Amino acid sequence: MKKVAIIGAGPAGIEAASVLARQGVQVTLFEKSESPLKNIQDKAFLFPNFQAAQEVADDLSGKLLTDGITTILGVDITDLKWQGTEWKLIDSKEQTYVADAVLVATGYQVFDAHRKEELGYGIYKGVITSLDMEQMIKHGKILNANGDEPKRVTFLQCVGSRDEKSGNNYCSKICCVTAVKQAIEVRKQIPACEASVFYMDLRMWGQGFEEMYRTAQEKYGVSFVRGRISEAAATFDSRIQLKSEDTLMGLPLKMTTDLLVLMVGMEASCGTKALGKACDISGDYGFIRTVSPHLYDNDTGKPGLFAAGSCKRPMSVWDTVNDARAAALAIKEYVDSLPQ
Amino acid sequence: MNKFGFAIKTPRSENMDKVSLERYHMLLDREPSFKRCFQCGCCSATCSARQFTDFSIRRVHTSFRRGEYEGLDEQLKQCMLCGKCTLVCPRGVNLRSLIINMRQILDETKQ
Ligand SMILES: Cc1cc2nc3c(=O)[nH]c(=O)nc-3n(C[C@H](O)[C@H](O)[C@H](O)COP(=O)(O)OP(=O)(O)OC[C@H]3O[C@@H](n4cnc5c(N)ncnc54)[C@H](O)[C@@H]3O)c2cc1C
Ligand code: SF4
Ligand code: SF4
Ligand code: SF4
Repeated sequence: MKKVAIIGAGPAGIEAASVLARQGVQVTLFEKSESPLKNIQDKAFLFPNFQAAQEVADDLSGKLLTDGITTILGVDITDLKWQGTEWKLIDSKEQTYVADAVLVATGYQVFDAHRKEELGYGIYKGVITSLDMEQMIKHGKILNANGDEPKRVTFLQCVGSRDEKSGNNYCSKICCVTAVKQAIEVRKQIPACEASVFYMDLRMWGQGFEEMYRTAQEKYGVSFVRGRISEAAATFDSRIQLKSEDTLMGLPLKMTTDLLVLMVGMEASCGTKALGKACDISGDYGFIRTVSPHLYDNDTGKPGLFAAGSCKRPMSVWDTVNDARAAALAIKEYVDSLPQ
Repeated sequence: MNKFGFAIKTPRSENMDKVSLERYHMLLDREPSFKRCFQCGCCSATCSARQFTDFSIRRVHTSFRRGEYEGLDEQLKQCMLCGKCTLVCPRGVNLRSLIINMRQILDETKQ
């Protein structure tokens, strides 16, 4: 029986594993963390339908029980070598595994907001990231630097994306709608708290996104300001003062807020960057490069080596899951074509 | 006069059919990084001169882009070339050089 190795137990890895296993392929899934799906477990609700992230995680975890899947946790795959007929996988402890085909599903990590020093993350307690905000929403504890209920929460788009200074010229695709999602959640949990979003472009590309934006305006009174915050500093009472230009008014804008939420972008994870380099499939910004985005978007150009999900570029959960299913089909066709 | 709201106003609108973009294209030749500007307003938000005056470098360079050059040379005198705007620009526009070039072009093409 042909063996497939999948690296990364996020939505991409798990979905591909379960599809392949149901097709009678033997799958080994490697995950470097002690538990799968950490990039879903750390979210509260998922756009565009506000489904609890936990529910989606539970559903996906259930698929891991499919016959034919062996999941190995706590294993960090650091190198991949083509042996002429099969792939050798090497982990950080120098242990090796072999497989006929490999799926790279090593995902993303968020931009490290410390790198934008002028925005004060890690310096002022009132400056947090969108990931911190997911945690606050999840635990029903949206609190300012002093541990009180905030009166105003401000979101800043494109932190570490569309920014030459951080080396990321690309758009992370998910943060515009995430800001709208989180602003709605803030208004739901604390109706007396104002919510504003500072944007350059609002990219509502997916089904239901534009409607979320309308709902945020109409039903939740979220305000939208076109401008990019250039600096943030703390006030004596631990609030955050920010500086921007209201580009539609053409006027400078100053504002004090309890929480400044930095909408951090999606970067290739360390694992994605490392494996991309090891197999010479590293593309722009360290994401995995595929043969063509139109027709061969799961093929890396190396025999039996495939890629799926956010290791290729920023993606939503459903894009990731669909992509993983497409990858599973490509892998099945590949292993079926091998001599028995 | 103002009490009654009467005033004679020159019509204000941008006529893209009439405007001459010659000086704007000269500027792009001399400082091509300006092509990348996406109007975020970081430069004007952080500008040192902006803290004390109504000078907006973004409005100035946008006017230049639209071929509206009137009064720009006067406005640009408020810039002290500190370069803070260049430091924050997310599109890597070399604003300091842009400003110097705008001044030079306005000077060279003075009628
Ligand atoms: C703030 C924020 C909010 C978001 N909100 C939403 C939302 O509301 N709705 C939505 O659809 N999407 C949302 N997303 C996007 C969502 O998180 C991604 O679409 C999804 O997690 C991508 O899945 P993936 O499997 O490609 O990657 P990941 O979830 O990153 O999974 C990759 C896995 O691979 C493992 N791994 C990496 N390297 C190795 C290695 N070398 N060896 C072994 N294992 C390895 C990792 O530990 C990880 O478990 C959000 C993202 C962010 C940043
Ligand atoms: S999705 Fe929106 S916030 Fe995120 S990088 Fe793109 S434009 Fe910026
Ligand atoms: S160089 Fe001029 S425009 Fe730029 S920040 Fe300094 S004063 Fe403002
Ligand atoms: S900071 Fe750069 S991109 Fe933004 S408006 Fe100024 S010149 Fe344009």
